[in-house]
Amino acid sequence: MEFAELIKTPRVDGVVLHRPFMPTVEGTLCLTGHHLILSSRQDNTEELWLLHANIDSIEKRFVGSLGTIIVKCKDLRVIQLDIPGMEECLNIASSIEALSTLDSVSLMYPFFYRPLFEVIEDGWQLFVPEEAFKDLESMTDEWRLSEVNKDFSVCPSYPSLLTVPKDIDDESLCKAASFRHGGRFPVLSYYHKKNGMVMMRAAQPLTGTNGRRCKEDEKLINATLCAGKRGYIIDTRTIAVAQQAKARGGGFEQEANYPQWRRIHKAIERSNVLQEGLIKLVEACNDQSHSMDRWLSKLEASNWQSNVKEILTTACLAAQCIDREGASVLVHGTEGTDSTLQVTSLAQIILDPACRTIRGFEALIEREWLQAGHPFQQRCAQSAYSNGKPRSEAPVFLLFLDCVWQILRQFPCSFQFNENFLIMLFEHAYASQFGTFLGNSVAERLKLLLSQKTVSLWSWVNRPQELERFLNPLYEPNNLVIWPSVAPQSLLLWEGVFLRWNRSTKCLDEAYQEMVHIIEYNKELQNKVNSLRRQLAQLETEDGPLQTP
Amino acid sequence: MYHDTKKYFCTLMSCTEVWWSEMEHIRMPKVENVRLVDRSSSRRTQVGTLYLTATHTIFVGKGSEDRSELWVLHSLVCDVLKHKASQNGYPLIIHCKNFQVIQFIIPQESDWHNVYISLSRLSRPEKYEELYCFSFNPNVDKAEREHSWDFLDLKAEYSRMGLPNKLWHVTAINREYRVCDTYPADLFVPKSVTLPVIIGSSKFRSRGRFPTLSYYCKENHATICRSSQPLSGFSARCLEDEQMLQAIMKSNPGSRFMYVVDTRPKLNAMANRAAGKGYENEDNYCNIKFQFIGIENIHVMRNSQQKLIEVSALRSPSMGEFLMGLENSDWLRHIKSIMEAGIFISKAVAEEGVSVLVHCSDGWDRTAQVCSVASVLLDPYYRTLKGLMVLIEKDWVSFGHKFSHRCGHLDGEAKEVSPVIDQFLECVWQLMEQFPCYFEYNEKFLISIHNHVYSCHYGNFICNSQKERKDLCIKEKTHSIWPHLWENKLDFMNPLFKPDQSQNQGLLRPRTAPYCFKYWRRLYNRFDRELHPRQSELDCLMTVKEETQQLEEALALYEQKLAVLDKERAKTLYMQKGVLESKQALWSSPLDTSLANTPQDYIGGFIGGAPNVFTLQQGERESAELCLFGDKPKSSDADNSDQESGVADFSSHSSGEESLPSEDSVKDPDSDETGPNRA
Repeated sequence: MEFAELIKTPRVDGVVLHRPFMPTVEGTLCLTGHHLILSSRQDNTEELWLLHANIDSIEKRFVGSLGTIIVKCKDLRVIQLDIPGMEECLNIASSIEALSTLDSVSLMYPFFYRPLFEVIEDGWQLFVPEEAFKDLESMTDEWRLSEVNKDFSVCPSYPSLLTVPKDIDDESLCKAASFRHGGRFPVLSYYHKKNGMVMMRAAQPLTGTNGRRCKEDEKLINATLCAGKRGYIIDTRTIAVAQQAKARGGGFEQEANYPQWRRIHKAIERSNVLQEGLIKLVEACNDQSHSMDRWLSKLEASNWQSNVKEILTTACLAAQCIDREGASVLVHGTEGTDSTLQVTSLAQIILDPACRTIRGFEALIEREWLQAGHPFQQRCAQSAYSNGKPRSEAPVFLLFLDCVWQILRQFPCSFQFNENFLIMLFEHAYASQFGTFLGNSVAERLKLLLSQKTVSLWSWVNRPQELERFLNPLYEPNNLVIWPSVAPQSLLLWEGVFLRWNRSTKCLDEAYQEMVHIIEYNKELQNKVNSLRRQLAQLETEDGPLQTP
Repeated sequence: MYHDTKKYFCTLMSCTEVWWSEMEHIRMPKVENVRLVDRSSSRRTQVGTLYLTATHTIFVGKGSEDRSELWVLHSLVCDVLKHKASQNGYPLIIHCKNFQVIQFIIPQESDWHNVYISLSRLSRPEKYEELYCFSFNPNVDKAEREHSWDFLDLKAEYSRMGLPNKLWHVTAINREYRVCDTYPADLFVPKSVTLPVIIGSSKFRSRGRFPTLSYYCKENHATICRSSQPLSGFSARCLEDEQMLQAIMKSNPGSRFMYVVDTRPKLNAMANRAAGKGYENEDNYCNIKFQFIGIENIHVMRNSQQKLIEVSALRSPSMGEFLMGLENSDWLRHIKSIMEAGIFISKAVAEEGVSVLVHCSDGWDRTAQVCSVASVLLDPYYRTLKGLMVLIEKDWVSFGHKFSHRCGHLDGEAKEVSPVIDQFLECVWQLMEQFPCYFEYNEKFLISIHNHVYSCHYGNFICNSQKERKDLCIKEKTHSIWPHLWENKLDFMNPLFKPDQSQNQGLLRPRTAPYCFKYWRRLYNRFDRELHPRQSELDCLMTVKEETQQLEEALALYEQKLAVLDKERAKTLYMQKGVLESKQALWSSPLDTSLANTPQDYIGGFIGGAPNVFTLQQGERESAELCLFGDKPKSSDADNSDQESGVADFSSHSSGEESLPSEDSVKDPDSDETGPNRA
């Protein structure tokens, strides 16, 4: 298919662009295969480059022959284009609609994007399971790297290499896989160096209504327990939901079959409910007319903050079991690709200082989200402005980022990255020139040849020039476990994402700049003082022994 | 620490008669084996001894190593409640005006009852003389105390504004408080008005509160004036009052009209007409534009805050309970309405150059709020430490905001109590959130002021008017808070403040979308340490700034030495060593390590409570108790083990400072503090 077929009118003059808190721009609108571009063709005026993939939905309006297109983006921005001429407007609108909903992944922009920078460190090679396993090996010898899934036949959503208990052979793994939803048998997620406890993750067991059991599965997870110790199974669903799952062949671990495990049910919403919440929240944030009352009601009705609270609480619980109770933990929900990953990744941020560095956080996203098989492509196909019935879209990853932001707010000195880093990840998960978040699993990504045909987000982000604006000036490594407060009074609305386009950030930017300035100036002075001190000391020795006057 | 308690008793015993009169109310000076319950987790308690003194309730923990203390001023107590007895003992709940809630469990029923009766009486003084400020006796001499009252000078403030000038002057008419006993002695009025006009106007205004100047804008001569409502009823007029307004309008030569802002909802104002009061009729006054701004009355505000406090004190509420509770309290809606009134006035003055007369009913509640919010928006001076003090002194204290009634300093009419000044302080806080670089002070300053408005520790906020304070000899018998705050200004500085910035000189234009108004956690959950960020950006930056200053000094010193050396290289070098050892990890310290390492109850007692599986080990439970006050446990325990590689304790600004650092006197324990961390 040629993009040209979809572009009915490639160019319109005299288009006026309206954006909140910015001056209007009049100029020429151009459509290319992947971008909507508006340029005033004057110096000093910013051009608009918008990825079609970033467009969530559009609305058309006409007043006489003047058409208006409201473009609603996945990053939650809303812009308005006034286009003279009804035909042009209709053509532009239908082109945008077609180009922003391309079905084929291989037509997406990352396959066409050529970086203007030299790739020094290839992000595709940065976080390979073998490397992570080397770290683990240096701490314990109770685990091995299994190739049982090397052709993705045991579990299509898992990567080819998986960390499993040393004593469990591949055959047992296959049997355990057949007992777990989607073949997602329990694998290692995190090893807590301090006390040797571990966090595993899986999908729900397929016990069904007649209480099927699987000896290999039991043996597999028991192999992670120390002698005489018990572990916790954290089921991210309520007991009622877990019960219902039995009717569809799913279920949960029965006490009788897992006597060494204590099961705790939490109430993290299923992904389709989360999508509705996002839509309601963004609607409330964009409503300029409402009174104080309606704002709080709407915020409450979106359930967004409740979801944040629930996810964080569950992650804290998992971390608490590991660090405080000295117990190993198995986390699962239904498929083990959504709420499970929220919990395991957040627990690691709480427990492991390495995850609070930029590299460590990137590695965490690779490990716990990309390689662990979170279906990014499905979940991020649409954002808050989708009109149609949601298929499998859900802001699972955005909620995770929101939770990280909440912890960052509570521990502003313990993270190497700042809020901008999280916002950037949100944007790229939904629309990007990089291939990192394409596909739904490692298997799909291999098939798409992403590492050969696209550039990794990390190749770009990790360049010093880019990294600079993501660094937290207050960062000071903190090796402690950090326990966030999950009380409603302590959790805030993430304005940086949800009110980002509804406010002027002038004052906040100023404050941030001032903060950077204070710290840089301090460092500069330190260097000066140190060098002067050295100079003095040198003079002192040159001048021979001192005499105090 | 215990030693200090003793010393404190001695000071008190020796210095005041109040002590003896108060002693009568103390049925029970001391109770042993009382348990103090941590609100964040009822499973954590601390055993100790409870003392009732003439001025404080004191709890001294029995821990062997860390003898923690809790001091509560009686004047800060708003409510003492008995809860249902359980097998553990008899619970007593104390609610404080600074939103602290304390729960004691007393072992014996008779002690419980006696403490309850004593505290109930002690917290409801009947006479001003019983208030703490009259017995508070810091170690300063008479001259110094008197000097403390000269710290702020309103005359200097008016002259800063550019007054008196050729259009405005001070009238001596109220020198003896005869025209209006709730106004200050010195008042600014247009030069053109004669005494009969002032007197005539005052007779036509509730409680004689005639229109007078609150703020003058040097740049364009526009003013904010204030008064009470006119006694217009349905048709009454007053020529002098009309002349008064005309004169105010004329004193702003550039403008052709003035605004009269009635801050009440229209319905309330209309209802007042039936009682012979009401609002200005546009037809009777030349060139006024009349405007209602619907701020609710003190009773609505009291109820609203009560609901808000209940929400803030909920123990582990769900998100829905919290948000709906916040909404149903209507608190933020009221804050928004006050802010919007301030914005209206500040825009009229700064952008239109039009003078504004503001009133409500009596002109001492909503009027004070709105005038002072507008002033903060208009004038950068009020965004400095000294400026805010002056503003409160002027618009609130001198103009007769009824602090004693509104704050319930004395036992009396509960219906007079209302959080009017709380709302003003909160408006300032909301502005600080929107304009982080434009305020010299930080939120600790606001919270400290809030605390002292209620504490009766200093004399500033006692009584209902200047006249009453004079009659009571407040300046002779008590101390002023302002120099005390000023001395501690380092703690109240906003490190992000950019004084030299041009934008910062002008009018603030805050946004008023509903989501711009936030819940003020630092005030309402002030004592719930576990709810606040475990690391504070503010503290970090303050530490860095302080350190920067030291570095600057060191740099100057070294440069000087080098210069000397360059000149006379052969001469002896005097070098002061160790001025600054190279530091690492300078500012990372404000991490409250013990809190960071204390997980909350994430599952509602599920873990540890289950008999058959896991229980907390004994050592851990003890450590949890030690952490009751969030201080770093000294003994080696489970919590400490986490700190093995943790953040070292660095600066003076590190952790443990939930209590305001300004409240520092050991001898005169301040109610600001949760107590135990002092020493």
